[in-house]
Amino acid sequence: MTVSSARIFLILGAILLLELLCRLGIIPNFTVIPPSAMAQSLWNILASGKFTADIAATLTNVGIAIVAAMIAGVALGTLLQSWPAARRVLDPLFATYYAVPMYAFYPLLIVIFGLGDLPQVAIGFLLAVMAVILNTLNGLDRVPPVLLKTARVHRLGFIKEAIQIRLAYAAPYVFTGFKLAVAYSFIGVIGAEFITSSRGIGYEISFAYNNFDNGVMYAMILFILLVVITVNMSLHAWEKRLLARRRRA
Amino acid sequence: MRWRDPAILLFVILLTWEVLYLLVGDVALRSPLATAENLRTLLVDARFMPHVRETLLAFVQGFAIAVVVGLLIGVPLGAARFAGEVAEPILVALYSIPKVTLYPVILLIFGIGMPAKVAFGAIHGIVPISIFAMNAVRNINPTHLRTARVMRLSTSGFALKILIPATLPEIVTGIRVGFSLALIGTLLGEMFGSQRGLGHLLMQAMSLHNIERILALTLLLVAFAAGVNALLLALDRHLHRALP
Repeated sequence: MTVSSARIFLILGAILLLELLCRLGIIPNFTVIPPSAMAQSLWNILASGKFTADIAATLTNVGIAIVAAMIAGVALGTLLQSWPAARRVLDPLFATYYAVPMYAFYPLLIVIFGLGDLPQVAIGFLLAVMAVILNTLNGLDRVPPVLLKTARVHRLGFIKEAIQIRLAYAAPYVFTGFKLAVAYSFIGVIGAEFITSSRGIGYEISFAYNNFDNGVMYAMILFILLVVITVNMSLHAWEKRLLARRRRA
Repeated sequence: MRWRDPAILLFVILLTWEVLYLLVGDVALRSPLATAENLRTLLVDARFMPHVRETLLAFVQGFAIAVVVGLLIGVPLGAARFAGEVAEPILVALYSIPKVTLYPVILLIFGIGMPAKVAFGAIHGIVPISIFAMNAVRNINPTHLRTARVMRLSTSGFALKILIPATLPEIVTGIRVGFSLALIGTLLGEMFGSQRGLGHLLMQAMSLHNIERILALTLLLVAFAAGVNALLLALDRHLHRALP
């Protein structure tokens, strides 16, 4: 049995087991509904278009947070790499960044940015940007000196050298940062929607929970999990293709 | 001059805070000094300490479960190559899903109160700890394993002389990551499904728009998380340096 077929069996087996436990009443339906019922409910919701606006709002906010974190992260990473003194001073901040419960700043962000979508985007961005910065730095640290000498021989300017030599070499590491940024943006935005928000997928899940509407709640949870896992798997596959091409070159 | 860089950092952070305060004013912020003062009043308040104890108790239990379960999952998966390869992408996918979405499920299973908070903290910490433990065991130097076989080490001898020393640095890194995530998980659990604890106080202060309270709690949480993380980071770096 190959690794991937074993993995599929494992996942299908887990889903089947949950289905069986729910159908037999060992797990009561007011706690968890059977996976088939979740899928059915999700299908009905998507077909009815009831939550299309919420889904669009969440995905837009996540998208903005990801793109902003990618641009700002690469720019700040490149800047810091060429400014060692600042990097040394900021190092303890980098090391503690993910230890700090970012949601504790959410009330503050609401006060600063108001009650719209911006505080949610900001949380997603703040969580995501550090992953990009750290991985960009990690990649830039590995650029072989001979490439930098080549750049000097060709008299490239700072921007040109950064784009054509440093970042091109660091691309796989930066990509790892992007992958994490995607995951963190989802975590940040959806978490923020749970805390306070008047629309979005996170809001709808917590609204359904408060109304004991398990059909909608589990359908939307399933939707989030499917979206995040699909995006992650696609990025993983893309990364593998990129690395394979690099190895051939 | 070991303390110069951290001192500069602290100064920069306080300066940024103060400038931000001068920009947005009393509607949104308090100055660093006022916040420290508010936190001090909060800490001597007799009604405040039970909440701190509640959060600490929930967090310690959740974190302990995360460490034990994480190691129980990660170590065997690292030892069995096939099982590890099957499980790794699943673990990474679990790591990347927003676990907040699962909080209604946890509340439905455990009900509102302590067990739900502990469970929420634990599920945040388990996955990173198991991923780090798995990689630690997988990357044990094969020469060490062969040497152990040649020397006919007993199971306990193998654990003491090879397994623990070789995997400890990576496992401490995993525990450090798991620590912060379990803390975030516990606080999130308190924000949604609890009538006590710091997370609940934070949520309450948010709905009352009590900025002094919000900032004092944030400062306390950040100081605690950063302090413990600094200790674990020092241990982590020490262990990695000591590695042959």
